[in-house]
Amino acid sequence: MDDILYKEYILELHRNPLHKKVVPNAQMEAKEVNTSCGDEISVQIYSNTQGVIEDIGHQGQGCAISQAAVSLLTDFCLGKSVREVVNITDEEMVTMLGIHISYARKNCALLGLKALQHAITNTTI
Amino acid sequence: MKHIKQQFSIFSTNPDLVYIDNAATALVPDTVVKAIATYYTEYPANIHRGLYDISTKATRAYESSRKKVADFIGAKSDEIIFTSGTTFGCNMIAQSLKSRLTSVDNIVITRYEHHANLLPWQKIAQEIGCELRIIDIIKDGEDAYTLDMQSAQSCIDSNTKVVSIAYVSHVLGTITPVNDIIALAKTVGAISIVDAAQAVSHMPINVKDLDCDFLVFSGHKMYGPTGIGVVYGKKERLSSIEPYLLGGGMVKEVTDVSGIWKEAPEKFEAGTPPIASVIGLASAIDFIRGIGWENLQTHEKEITMYAHEKLKEVVDIIGPIDLEKRIGVFSFTILGIHPHDIAEVVNRDMVAIRAGHHCAIPLMTYLGVPGAARVSFAAYNTKEDIDILIGAIKKVKVLFTVK
Ligand SMILES: Cc1ncc(COP(=O)(O)O)c(C=O)c1O
Repeated sequence: MDDILYKEYILELHRNPLHKKVVPNAQMEAKEVNTSCGDEISVQIYSNTQGVIEDIGHQGQGCAISQAAVSLLTDFCLGKSVREVVNITDEEMVTMLGIHISYARKNCALLGLKALQHAITNTTI
Repeated sequence: MKHIKQQFSIFSTNPDLVYIDNAATALVPDTVVKAIATYYTEYPANIHRGLYDISTKATRAYESSRKKVADFIGAKSDEIIFTSGTTFGCNMIAQSLKSRLTSVDNIVITRYEHHANLLPWQKIAQEIGCELRIIDIIKDGEDAYTLDMQSAQSCIDSNTKVVSIAYVSHVLGTITPVNDIIALAKTVGAISIVDAAQAVSHMPINVKDLDCDFLVFSGHKMYGPTGIGVVYGKKERLSSIEPYLLGGGMVKEVTDVSGIWKEAPEKFEAGTPPIASVIGLASAIDFIRGIGWENLQTHEKEITMYAHEKLKEVVDIIGPIDLEKRIGVFSFTILGIHPHDIAEVVNRDMVAIRAGHHCAIPLMTYLGVPGAARVSFAAYNTKEDIDILIGAIKKVKVLFTVK
């Protein structure tokens, strides 16, 4: 039976994360640290002149929750506009992850999103 | 030692709880809770102020607690200062010694300091422009993760003014050869400070035997309440440093322009102290004395040995293998499984463990791990607790195995 938290797709994304790579010529980039555990995720984005994300990648290490979340997030962002994804809310991120997240694991689930948002807001768009 | 659990109400309300995060904070026996409650219900007055009965009673309880703490570590009452915890103690001592340091001096700490005994010195070193030296640990072989005495000898030299070291590492479980380090500090005339936060509930401490200048610890890691800690300072050291906090209760005379400080310990206890917590700390000492060091140490050695045997079969332990050189604090990793995920899954079996960087980020970086899971034992832990832990760890591994 599937675990309530560590569902098979979460475990699969942990073993084989999506878009875990360096993006060549990325114009946007930021690193975020989860201060409670020291995990780090950096997100890199390459967008075209219309602001559409043509390439996106993440690096770093993290728990199953943060790795699955950033995998799903980067996959979602591909082909969307920077302006659109910068406004993804915490709730939307948790919904995208599709599991119930306890208070203690919230930072894990949101680590990738924070890095993505900082990458965008640090760059004037 | 099974009956020990009966002295903690948490185990009657949560009979299945396997609490093995004692290095973070230890559980509190009912006697300590009662001592605190008695203060609040029977004599909840301020100390050293009122002339009425309940204030006198509070003052007596407070000062007899000081005596109890002093006896517990082989000090004199006027060498015991109550603080809010180890963190406060480390900051207080560091700030008090700052004015004695110049840019040619150096400060020596170990590779495994808690941030509480690292950051205050780091900041002072930056401000003064002096060097902060780190005594390394042995990298590999039989003595891996123990303190490298050769490194200690090369760090401590004639320019060393302060040597501030953890007695026991809260990550590795390593016991520091404190006597040797203090002796080295003495030969160069450096001030020695011992962070005993992780040692105080596991081994008898005698500051006169150690001959250190300062020693700090927290109440909540020795079955006492949070918000209370102790700074021991040698009498002559305490009279030669300036107080860190100024305010009520610490001055003899005050004019519009200046004040004359009282002697230690009052000199260092400005403001209303956490009276109930001081009384609770004294009660925690009674709890430890009630078990007796010999029983406690025999029990903890047995648990540590058993845990070591069992754990090394299922996880990678980060810490000394020689059980004589460590206590029952085991940090560990499991290849491919994040510490957070380990802690989350074992919690389903009511096993409370710690996961993360443990407030020792530079040590983690040095070890090359982002974080680790950690278990740490206390008087009430049993072999059964360890069996449940091992069972829970096996479940983690099953869950995370590639299907
Ligand atoms: C070795 C060591 N020093 C200092 C501290 C800080 O203690 P407190 O948080 O009680 O101030 C700890 C707590 O984990 C510790 O283990």
